[in-house]
Amino acid sequence: MLDPEVVEHVSQLARLTLSDEEKDKMRVELSKTLEHFRALSELDTSALPPTAQVIPIENNMREDAVGDCLPKDDVLANAPRTRGDYIRVPAVLKAF
Amino acid sequence: MLDRIDGVDARVRAYITLTPDLAMRQAAEADERLKHPDAPRLCGVPLALKDVLSTRNVKTTCGSKILGNFVPPFDATVVGMLRDAGAVTVGKTNMDEFAMGSSTENSGFFPTFNPWDLDRVPGGSSGGSAAAVAADECIAALGSDTGGSVRQPAALCGVVGMRPTYGRVSRYGLVAFASSLDQIGPITKDVKDCAILMQAISGHDALDSTSLRAEVPDYESSLHADVAGLKVGLPREYMAAGVDEGVRGVVLEAIDRLTEAGMEIVDISLPHTEYALATYYVIAPAEASANLARYNGVKYGYFDPDSDGVEELMMNSRGTGFGAEVKRRIMLGTFALSSGYYDAYYLRAQKVRTLIKRDFDRAFESVDLIATPTSPTVAFPVGEKVDDPISMYLSDVMTLPGPIAGIPGISVPCGFSEGLPVGLQFMAPPLGETVLLRAAYAYEQLAGVESATARKAV
Repeated sequence: MLDPEVVEHVSQLARLTLSDEEKDKMRVELSKTLEHFRALSELDTSALPPTAQVIPIENNMREDAVGDCLPKDDVLANAPRTRGDYIRVPAVLKAF
Repeated sequence: MLDRIDGVDARVRAYITLTPDLAMRQAAEADERLKHPDAPRLCGVPLALKDVLSTRNVKTTCGSKILGNFVPPFDATVVGMLRDAGAVTVGKTNMDEFAMGSSTENSGFFPTFNPWDLDRVPGGSSGGSAAAVAADECIAALGSDTGGSVRQPAALCGVVGMRPTYGRVSRYGLVAFASSLDQIGPITKDVKDCAILMQAISGHDALDSTSLRAEVPDYESSLHADVAGLKVGLPREYMAAGVDEGVRGVVLEAIDRLTEAGMEIVDISLPHTEYALATYYVIAPAEASANLARYNGVKYGYFDPDSDGVEELMMNSRGTGFGAEVKRRIMLGTFALSSGYYDAYYLRAQKVRTLIKRDFDRAFESVDLIATPTSPTVAFPVGEKVDDPISMYLSDVMTLPGPIAGIPGISVPCGFSEGLPVGLQFMAPPLGETVLLRAAYAYEQLAGVESATARKAV
């Protein structure tokens, strides 16, 4: 069973607020799921290359040409809070 | 079509958003275009779009409350292609939140019900699209398939569903779940419609860097090519324990019939099949945890108005906006990528991915196709698996290995067990869509497209 501290740490890494009840449930469910993953350690993978993607193309670049982009107003229309042409967020730096 | 939706969708609940005004406008334009002899193939055909596909000025929720009010400023590439082909889009279909699920019960809004039996799930995550096609609430639909989300609901709803080769169809405007696995695919009433939709959405797109430049074949004419002599591999691992007796019987009978068309059945082995589930459930959540980092209450989507400071804003917006399964997978993926666990889980899963891919490479040296059940069971009762993540994950055990290897697959209806539809899955090597369509079409011709509408509940 995972330690409660691991669940706490991972939820911090994921920037995900969880209630105490959710953390307890998550601990049980994650532990069960990880148990199933143990099967992977049966295999000797030491000499194998990892596969991150399955298609034989790399660095699929388009021409470096200026094109149209989305109008600013359309992009800002979905932002919860804006001011002028900017998206507004709470202060990032705190005064000390 | 809109009347039909009015008549049955209160019971099926396939749609999150209906766009009748847009549909009528598009239909009027299609009427004009149809006066010309060169009207495009999909002119005037009413289609549904899974709500994972961005639609300009039409709400796109991805089945999540965190995108409950999101109105994209652009169309997904496939949506533009369908419109160019004259299609009429009637609405956006329900799905498991962020395509994470196999029953559409994880939708942030409401579950969808199976048109064959309204007490059962339609499968998922493209359950809304499959149910809409099965209930005649559209002619065809698009879904997305990361680990089986097109093929499994197609099987459970008795319709055709195809997952193309990774890179065949542009993913631009598809809300990302697991980027190395996601593909868009059609859900249709028969194989010919599937070929027509594939024609409309396939091709290179400069806006998707994983898009393949390979030429698009003529899928519709490929249906009629001879299938005699095709070698079909029957992997013993897919017929092992865990497959319902009824499903196994129906599928084996269907595979047997392939010989009537001159196909040859060959026993094969894909020895690493048993590791596919764990491989998938490390890789997909890991990629999802990175992709879903963008939902932070800043640029779009739900935000928590009472938070103090930017970090709390992000954490609380995500905590409130995401549903239980999405949180579970973000946690799982973050764990698998975190320092100290990365090698043991994520890197190891990527290496096992290599083994699974090699299994298929080796198999396709001796066979043209692989045939399996699409799902180990028929549609299950609503609520049955909702509190047991592992048993839900097992619904995709037949459809997960293909995406891990990047290969295409199709599910075609092949009969009934317990009065519910069963799907036959074919898989083929990369860019083997034509052989998949040929084989599926040949099977459909042999079996007949069963007119079993009377058995449906709606």
